[in-house]
Amino acid sequence: MGFFFTLVALVVLLGVTWRYLGSYMEAVFDGRVHWLGFVERPIYRALHTSPEQEQTWKRYAGAMIVFSAVSLVFTYVILRIQGSLPLNPQHLGGVGSGLSFNTASSFVTNTNWQNYGGETTMSYFSQIGSLTVQQFVTPAVGIAVAIVVVRGFSRRNSPTIGNFWVDITRCMLYILLPIAFLFGIIFVAQGAVQTLAGTVSVNDALNGVRQTIPRGPIGFMEAIKQLGTNGGGFLDANSATTFENPTGLTNFLSIYLLLSIPVALTYTFGKMVGSVRHGLALLSVMVILFGVWVGFTSYAEHQNNPAVAAAGIHSTVGNTEGKEVRFGDTSTALFGVASTQTSTGSADASYDSFTPMGGFGLLTGMMIGEVTPGGTGSGLYTLLIYAIIAVFIGGLMIGRTPEYLGKKIQAREVKLAGLGALVMPIAVLIFTGIAVSIAAGKAGPLNHGPHGFSEILYALTSQGNNNGSAFGGLTGNTPFYNVVGAIDMLLGRFGIMIPVLALGGALAEKNVVPESLGTFRTDNGMFVGLTIGVILIIGGLTFFPAISLGPIVEQLSHGRFF
Amino acid sequence: MSTVLTPPSPDASAHGVAQSRGLFDREILGQALKDSFRKLDPRWQVRNPVMFVVLVGSIITLIESFAHPSTFTWSITVWLFLTVIFANFAEAMAEGRGKAQADTLRKMRSETEARRLRADGTEELVAAALLQKGDLVVCEANDVIPSDGEIIEGIASVDESAITGESAPVIRESGGDRSAVTGGTKVLSDRIVVRITAERGHTFIDRMISLVEGANRQKTPNEIALTILLAVLTVVFIPVVVTLEPFAGFSGATVSVVVLVALLVCLIPTTIGALLSAIGIAGMDRLVQRNVLAMSGRAVEAAGDVQTLLLDKTGTITLGNRMAANFFPVQGHSEQEVADVAQLASLADETPEGRSVVVLAKENFGIRERELDPSHVFVPFTATTRMSGLDMGTRSIRKGASESVKTWVTNQGGSVPSDLDEIVEKISRAGSTPLTVADGSTILGVIELKDVVKQGIKVKFDEMRKMGIRTVMITGDNPLTAAAIAQEAGVDDFLAEATPEAKMALIKKEQEGGKLVAMTGDGTNDAPALAQADVGVAMNTGTTAAKEAGNMVDLDSNPTKLIDIVEIGKQLLITRGSLTTFSIANDIAKYFAIIPALFAVSYPQLKALNIMHLHSPQSAVLSAVIFNALVIIALIPLALRGVRFRAANSAAILRRNVWIYGVGGVIIPFAFIKLIDLILVQLHAY
Repeated sequence: MGFFFTLVALVVLLGVTWRYLGSYMEAVFDGRVHWLGFVERPIYRALHTSPEQEQTWKRYAGAMIVFSAVSLVFTYVILRIQGSLPLNPQHLGGVGSGLSFNTASSFVTNTNWQNYGGETTMSYFSQIGSLTVQQFVTPAVGIAVAIVVVRGFSRRNSPTIGNFWVDITRCMLYILLPIAFLFGIIFVAQGAVQTLAGTVSVNDALNGVRQTIPRGPIGFMEAIKQLGTNGGGFLDANSATTFENPTGLTNFLSIYLLLSIPVALTYTFGKMVGSVRHGLALLSVMVILFGVWVGFTSYAEHQNNPAVAAAGIHSTVGNTEGKEVRFGDTSTALFGVASTQTSTGSADASYDSFTPMGGFGLLTGMMIGEVTPGGTGSGLYTLLIYAIIAVFIGGLMIGRTPEYLGKKIQAREVKLAGLGALVMPIAVLIFTGIAVSIAAGKAGPLNHGPHGFSEILYALTSQGNNNGSAFGGLTGNTPFYNVVGAIDMLLGRFGIMIPVLALGGALAEKNVVPESLGTFRTDNGMFVGLTIGVILIIGGLTFFPAISLGPIVEQLSHGRFF
Repeated sequence: MSTVLTPPSPDASAHGVAQSRGLFDREILGQALKDSFRKLDPRWQVRNPVMFVVLVGSIITLIESFAHPSTFTWSITVWLFLTVIFANFAEAMAEGRGKAQADTLRKMRSETEARRLRADGTEELVAAALLQKGDLVVCEANDVIPSDGEIIEGIASVDESAITGESAPVIRESGGDRSAVTGGTKVLSDRIVVRITAERGHTFIDRMISLVEGANRQKTPNEIALTILLAVLTVVFIPVVVTLEPFAGFSGATVSVVVLVALLVCLIPTTIGALLSAIGIAGMDRLVQRNVLAMSGRAVEAAGDVQTLLLDKTGTITLGNRMAANFFPVQGHSEQEVADVAQLASLADETPEGRSVVVLAKENFGIRERELDPSHVFVPFTATTRMSGLDMGTRSIRKGASESVKTWVTNQGGSVPSDLDEIVEKISRAGSTPLTVADGSTILGVIELKDVVKQGIKVKFDEMRKMGIRTVMITGDNPLTAAAIAQEAGVDDFLAEATPEAKMALIKKEQEGGKLVAMTGDGTNDAPALAQADVGVAMNTGTTAAKEAGNMVDLDSNPTKLIDIVEIGKQLLITRGSLTTFSIANDIAKYFAIIPALFAVSYPQLKALNIMHLHSPQSAVLSAVIFNALVIIALIPLALRGVRFRAANSAAILRRNVWIYGVGGVIIPFAFIKLIDLILVQLHAY
């Protein structure tokens, strides 16, 4: 019953957020929000730019790549030299080159895959000055790219698609910073730790040992970790610890925060293109798929672990292995699905301990491309790629050159959308193929057989989708996994973003075909159904064989491989 | 004299290019079978990425079959090759139908000698092949016109059945919009001088031949976009299948290369890949069968996108001629009297308007046709008198424009009835033409000549509206008349007192709003608008300038056909979209057949996925491959004929096609793969 009320509260809260945060974001990107103008204007002056200086998609992409490359180098260097930097009460040394590269790639791509334990690897300076900074800027980049595609639809005969520097500045100032600040206070008030005072040592008389308890500036990082669909926590155990996720309320707010922007962006889309119904159609795609996955995964986790059941032990509380008793089986499943389907990747449990079908739910949630609702910005633009493919096939079926919101979908758009849809599955499959073939890769997983395969597949799927959630069981901090994972993440981010920006540019250049009775409707149930079909077929058909060698075999073997 | 070496056979001329053949004509079938093997050439296959992958796959299984021979590997190899051959066959069938038509045309194209006029006016005999643009040639009765040209002198009746299939001769004369003649047609009477307007090898018939043969067929924009999508769906499945080997190897499982290739072929969209070019060729073919020649496939596709149709009133919306509809008497006379005199005045009048007066008088008042006395003199209509009539001794009867008849009556001392002007104005306001009737010095009344809207045209326009297409009537009439006819015919809008400039401006305005515009035209002054329109259909009876400006030519010169052209354009896209959906939807069943079979040895527990309960791993894989190949053959008739098209709004069309090809595409293969598996077991193959 508690789970039911959690769901109702979540739906109501997200509904309100969809409507009001969505329209607020539209105002922000339209340049109608100025309450921090005194900060905004000096930034433009310093960058020698202004909202009037619009860019073509190529210049926009160039600015985005330069910005990301500088971020990558900056993050890498800080991690390498953190031993010589301040705010390092634990006197942690510089991070190794492979791990620094993997971590820098991970945070610059909004993945937040962590091949390290935060409390034993990163100084406070690294956590605040490089990782948290990226947790603010990468969602801004993702949202900006999504806005470019939306502008592609809302503009006509336009050679330009906005200004990258203006878009990310506005996104940071008016959206991410205020919301993260507000929720940071709530997290700290609920008991999340927020200090620069270093670790404490406790004498555990009972066990006769000295315990070192890590602390740090955790509470405020927590808010942006969820809001920006980042997922990289301060502590190794992420949201499963009381320091990051102290109460049931913060657990609920975490789920709410990581869903809020990706969901609200569909309203922003609808408002910008002048038809909220179109935004509602995309939201419906997200809600339907998300609902099915929550139902499936919660059900799977509410069952006994098949291996435990096989041993003749019957439990009435579902699969509790690796879960926080505070949160229970179904709420943990909800957190897991929300986290894997938003490219967040934070965890309040050990995903490795989910039942095979529960793990299947998490893994496949990522494999369908992180669109339900997906990451901040990346969810919307990836969903639009699938929508364009759906429109193309559907449009042909009514006998017209397909068009979406009046923009004709022709060879160039199909090519760019196809490219965007191809990159992730190909990268994930090929890197997984390499990992399972060579010794360095095979050494990674803790388990053998299908479960070991699931561990590798999950790790590379998570990184290729810029999710960052970890299945566990895989030793990732090896030269092989650091480098392969980094490339996987960079491809999964920029390999999609660049065709998407080109798509925005191509669409903006087009004139609008007026709507008539002969137009393929893109705001009704049929469109929603077709888009869901395309997502499931592309995601399903590409990963079905791999999945059947992992979780499906495990499930059918009743846990024999655990 | 010119000679016809190979006269058109009566059978061929009766059908023109529109000669339709059965879907599986034996002659075409034989040639197509040969071509399907010839097209196995990899240089040919590489043009189609989907089928190229299948060819490469079948070569890999062929090598495997030699290395590890077994019934299974050989069966798979044979069926994979058959898949490629079936695809070639589909294309060859579509091409074959075009080739057959081209051959008919070639037979009709005569090896003609032309009577070329020298500068001094004397004639010389030259081969038609040597004629150059600008040459003048003379043609008399029974001569075949040697090349395309324009009549600069004379008038003749011409038999154009070789091109249009229409056996009734047509009149061609110098000057005006009926001056163009086509090479290969035959002069039946009189003498004309023709200036050649086509270069050698670029005559109308030459273009038709290359068109129906598809010799220089270029992919249309939507076809290119679809090819890209199919390439994407092919490329993505290559890593899916290639990585399965290491994935399985990690857990110690083994997979067979042959089965992997079979899986790949079943997953990539071979059905639509195999039929794509056949669909395109067949679409052009369907147009040709309706006697429309499209100069590019792009124009056919654009026809499906058209949102505004500009239709000439005369000939498209109304019958070419006005018909008598009513008799209105002036004060002091009866309707009967008007009808009686009007009939007399029209008895010798052979114009359709005149005939219609006689018919109306008979139908409404039972006035029988009367014999005319040889002494009666018919006074024909001229532009100066603007009247026609009959002189019977001292009695003179006239009908014509009101002002002219009024003057004629006044000159004889008669008076104009007071209510005449009122009646005339009323008729004009209703969009009809008034003809005033006078007997000597007395005006009896007025005949109303009405534009007659073609039967069934209103239904067509309703269908267009359902499809979201706006119809605009173009007419030279005044706005009043135009509005009345527009309302009767049910068009959405009209352009009255249309000049070529106004027409052009209308097209540009629509296009600026992002709409695609289609129109028909035949006159030289239509040429700029035909060129500007996205789909410009020129009438074959029209001038050379109009035919060159448009991107389609209607051999029947029936402007109403524009509507058919739109439907063919839509049908072409729908066929492609539906078969793509079908092809992708089929994959689900194939997965459930092949995946459990692939790991049958290593993971017998995956048997749970074998929901079709296929007999054995081998029979499962083979059944999927056989289905994949046979479905191509099964769908060839659909690809050639096109998916059934009914005028409806987009939502209804989409719903129907999603159900049939999407949902049907998921279910059908389950049934057929199971069936094939049962047959294989019955045959004791496995």
